[in-house]
Amino acid sequence: MLLAEGLRHSFGAVRALDDVSFGVQPGQTLAVFGPNGAGKTTLLKVLAGLILPQRGRAQVDGGRRAIGWIGHQPQLYGQLTVRENLRFWASLYDVPESEFLPRTDDLLQRLGLRDHEHRRVSELSRGLVQRAAIARALIHDPRVLLLDEPFTGLDRMAAEELRELLSEDAAEGRASVLVTHNVDEGAELATHIAFMRAGRFAHFAPRAGRGPQQVSEDYRNAIA
Amino acid sequence: MRSPKLLRHAWTVASKDLLVEFRSRTAILSAAVFVVLVLVVFNFGRDPTAVSNVDLAPSILWVTFTFAAILAMNRAFQLELENQALDGLLLAPIERSSIYLGKLIANLVFVAGVELVGVPLLALFFNVRVLPYLGPLLALIALATIGFVAVGTLFSAMTTRTRFAELLLPVLLLPFMIPPLSWAVLATGRLLAGRPLSEIVGWLNMLAVYDIVFVTLAVFLFPATVNE
Repeated sequence: MLLAEGLRHSFGAVRALDDVSFGVQPGQTLAVFGPNGAGKTTLLKVLAGLILPQRGRAQVDGGRRAIGWIGHQPQLYGQLTVRENLRFWASLYDVPESEFLPRTDDLLQRLGLRDHEHRRVSELSRGLVQRAAIARALIHDPRVLLLDEPFTGLDRMAAEELRELLSEDAAEGRASVLVTHNVDEGAELATHIAFMRAGRFAHFAPRAGRGPQQVSEDYRNAIA
Repeated sequence: MRSPKLLRHAWTVASKDLLVEFRSRTAILSAAVFVVLVLVVFNFGRDPTAVSNVDLAPSILWVTFTFAAILAMNRAFQLELENQALDGLLLAPIERSSIYLGKLIANLVFVAGVELVGVPLLALFFNVRVLPYLGPLLALIALATIGFVAVGTLFSAMTTRTRFAELLLPVLLLPFMIPPLSWAVLATGRLLAGRPLSEIVGWLNMLAVYDIVFVTLAVFLFPATVNE
């Protein structure tokens, strides 16, 4: 479903990706942990096709249409309401009206945005904006989800709801790649774990029942 | 199959921009106020006995439109930097040219709005008759505007992620605006002087060619300007 082979990319003298290879199958979630500047966001941008790698290739079955992106920034327009934003992005993904209406209702319900759908994004709290960004990423029902620090700005309850939503989606066959510097946030969701440092995978293995504490310990050992 | 989709996505982008602008009124208001102020300043700052109104008005009209349009075009891609929406647009499975065409349509609507404010004010302040030549004048304004907005929209995309976007856009754009502006000024002068239409047909043709060439070039070059 998602394949990365020998990815290399540099920004000037800084090597952001150095021979990164992995695959993610339907229903799997790869969590990539690493410190700031490890190359995590560059990896996601290469997977999304926003950056062309200098070497290697990244392939997502279904191309750009199959990708949903949740990043640092919500990619929403402050002057539009939540529903108007969702309609705009759905139009660009050619989501037919017959699918848009029930999917929007479902997402607004699941993300607790039902009471805020007609409010402008600029009027929402950071947590609600992040929920709206998640709805935007899922509006075209992507088969692959790329998540860049998705828990940023969410309160504890909203973060838990997001974890539940992602778990449900994974159970339905969606593949995900999640990058974060916070091991506690993503470990439970992951079927596979990677630790990234200076553009390389220092560790890549199935989670195999490891809890957040064990993953944290492994991360400290691998990165130190 | 490809063209209707391209145009549909372009219209989606344009209507979103227009709705955002309608709600914020940032660009259109600042540009319209700019037009009014410039025309008022020129009205009081000129010596009516030195140069006739008909000779002066075309230059003032087009200089005013040019800088008002630059104000509006600067905003076009700044809007997409808010919350990194540009990355979302680039990730969407649409032809990148449709983003350009959408921005072009929205910019043309903005600039047309500004021009609709400017023409009556010019007639009022400079006491020139525009009603008898309104049809040809509007055609001339439309042809000149399409050309420089097409180039300006492309340069706006190129400069928007730079540190001095607001300075760079006019520096890059103004040299490309010299041909359509000089043709537009000459043709407007002839029109306002009541000369026959046949005298401006040549300039209208050149403006049409400029539009075709630069809109086509910009559509093809735009994807390269937004690649990271």
